Amino acid sequence: MSPVFALLLARESRLLFRRPAELVNPLVFFAIVIALFPLAVGPESQLLQTLSPGLIWVAALLAVLLSLDGLFRSDFEDGSLEQWVVAPQPLPLLVLAKVLAHWLFSGLALVLLAPLLALMLGLPARCLPVLLLSLLLGTPVLSLLGAVGAALIVGLKRGGLLLPLLILPLYIPVLILGSGVLQAALQGLPATGHLLWLASLAVLAVTLLPFAIAAGLTISVGE
Amino acid sequence: MRRSGRDRCVEPMGSPIVTTPFLEIMALACERDWRLLFERLDLALAPGDMLQVVGPNGSGKTSLLRLLAGLMQPSAGEVRLQGRSLCGQRAELARNLLWIGHAAGIKGLLTAEENLAWLCALHRPAGREAIWQALAAVGLRGFEDVPCHTLSAGQQRRVALARLHLEAPPLWILDEPFTALDKQGVAQLERHLQDHCERGGMVVLTTHHSLAVKPATFRELDLERCAA
Amino acid sequence: MNWTWFHKLGSPKWFYEVSGRWLPWFAVAAALLLGVGLVWGLAFAPPDYQQGNSFRIIYIHVPVAFLAQSCYVLLAVAGLVGLVWRIKLADVALQCAAPIGAWMTFIALVTGAIWGKPTWGTWWVWDARLTSMLILLFLYFGIIALGQAIANRDSAAKACAVLAIVGVVNIPIIKYSVEWWNSLHQPATFTLTEKPAMPMEMWLPMLVMVLGIYCFFAAVLLLRMRLEVLRREARSSWAKSEIKALVGAA
Repeated sequence: MSPVFALLLARESRLLFRRPAELVNPLVFFAIVIALFPLAVGPESQLLQTLSPGLIWVAALLAVLLSLDGLFRSDFEDGSLEQWVVAPQPLPLLVLAKVLAHWLFSGLALVLLAPLLALMLGLPARCLPVLLLSLLLGTPVLSLLGAVGAALIVGLKRGGLLLPLLILPLYIPVLILGSGVLQAALQGLPATGHLLWLASLAVLAVTLLPFAIAAGLTISVGE
Repeated sequence: MRRSGRDRCVEPMGSPIVTTPFLEIMALACERDWRLLFERLDLALAPGDMLQVVGPNGSGKTSLLRLLAGLMQPSAGEVRLQGRSLCGQRAELARNLLWIGHAAGIKGLLTAEENLAWLCALHRPAGREAIWQALAAVGLRGFEDVPCHTLSAGQQRRVALARLHLEAPPLWILDEPFTALDKQGVAQLERHLQDHCERGGMVVLTTHHSLAVKPATFRELDLERCAA
Repeated sequence: MNWTWFHKLGSPKWFYEVSGRWLPWFAVAAALLLGVGLVWGLAFAPPDYQQGNSFRIIYIHVPVAFLAQSCYVLLAVAGLVGLVWRIKLADVALQCAAPIGAWMTFIALVTGAIWGKPTWGTWWVWDARLTSMLILLFLYFGIIALGQAIANRDSAAKACAVLAIVGVVNIPIIKYSVEWWNSLHQPATFTLTEKPAMPMEMWLPMLVMVLGIYCFFAAVLLLRMRLEVLRREARSSWAKSEIKALVGAA
């Protein structure tokens, strides 16, 4: 691993730990959204179980997206991004480290919280490994795609709803595959094939999207 | 390309240029939000040069600096590095450039030492010793492990400027480096910039105050005269 | 290799002159082809053995849906050209084509819904094609919203280009995942457009309509681009004289 990559990872972790509230907010959001659904559709356990794959994935997707809104904002405002762009280090590598650090703390925590909420929705315990695995493969894609949007709108004073508008359509394949895998597991069908699809999406995202994020940041900084 | 023309804004010549200039801009134009800030700007920077960009607010001083640093793309004309267009040699520029913008990239949540360690690592990693020495050189001895958000604006500026005592890429582009500095800090920075130029480095900066100490190669570029 | 033609292509003045010569041809071709195709398709093509006359809406629905999809690819190509070769004209093309694409997608959705009513008995079915179209509309909205939100013209174009490129890589993935999702939930949907043995008399008017709609697109795009080029070049002398001529003629 390149030393700068490790250094940036350490730096970002340090920054995240010095403001832990920002890490907790997406988790609380995730839990609240999940809690809204039984209140909206009724507490009937059969219905909730049927809906649970979709609910968990939609809630996780929104939580990831909202946590990404400010991903680059403080770096943009304090001039850090300018330093990254003029530095001789490859920018895609830097943004990969940044997104990875963000995912390690907020994405991974989300993955770990999900089984608990899934059990509350009545998802049987035998589905939990598939849930964990699908979230583990899917959330990095969500983080990277969201980071592209965050990079493009970082220069705007009021991004507001723009990030979801740009990025949610791009989240659809992950949503379909993730909740589909879980539904298959719920019905006792094999899920390996679609987990592999999710894995290939993750590989694709890790290899290609850092370049898009870097391009987005260069554009935003050059404004 | 034509070097001079009747309608070109040619910067005042300080020293005669004998070799290929290190950094050169040709017929540069900058447009922001449908407004032309300057056009047909020519400029050359050779080792040892110091250039102060002056002009009223909104005349494009920061934009010019950002163009030189490769952060922005010109509307017309080009920036050349060692005689070749900047487009293909971003890496070459990056190796030779130290950029401190108006926002200097200092994180409030990190300590002065952590900030400097990271900013140096982006170019050339520096040891703890070197960082402490640099902080001492800008008068921040004893503030090494204080989170930067507890420092005053002037002290934060000093943390950023400590980079000038650490790594030594030849070209320094500094946007308003004197902001928030006290008298003693200003004098010290002026001397440091002069030293750098006398050692063959280059400095491009914007500031509204007139420098008390400047190298023999000092020049001034008034953007108001180049306004479209 | 000589690249001057390529950069000449990027010169606004050259574009304005050439597009002015092409525009009437595209417009006339579009009017002719669309007129012939519509009359042929709506009045003379044989009715469908299963759906009767209601199928005739495909003469609008299919060409428009075709155009809506290829327009997004055009956005991405224009974006790539603009980002790599820094050709401003590609930026103009991207921003001018996006709203047209969005409108085409919208028309495709509406005609799809109208067609769905007699066929499925309901205005909206979560059919794979319709759903993909809806997502495409969202993708267009994203690009338009981003272009509107960023004040700086060049940054807006570049940002839209990045988004369009990411989107175009995503489109096949979206398409396959939506098809998979559809087959998972509605295993036995019969698809209407995938009829292998569509007789020649039905296909020919369709072909005419597809060609016509592409000519129409070219004409509208050129019109919009010419206006935008004039706006951007308003300071240059050729644009000034052009505008004077236009205003004087009006």
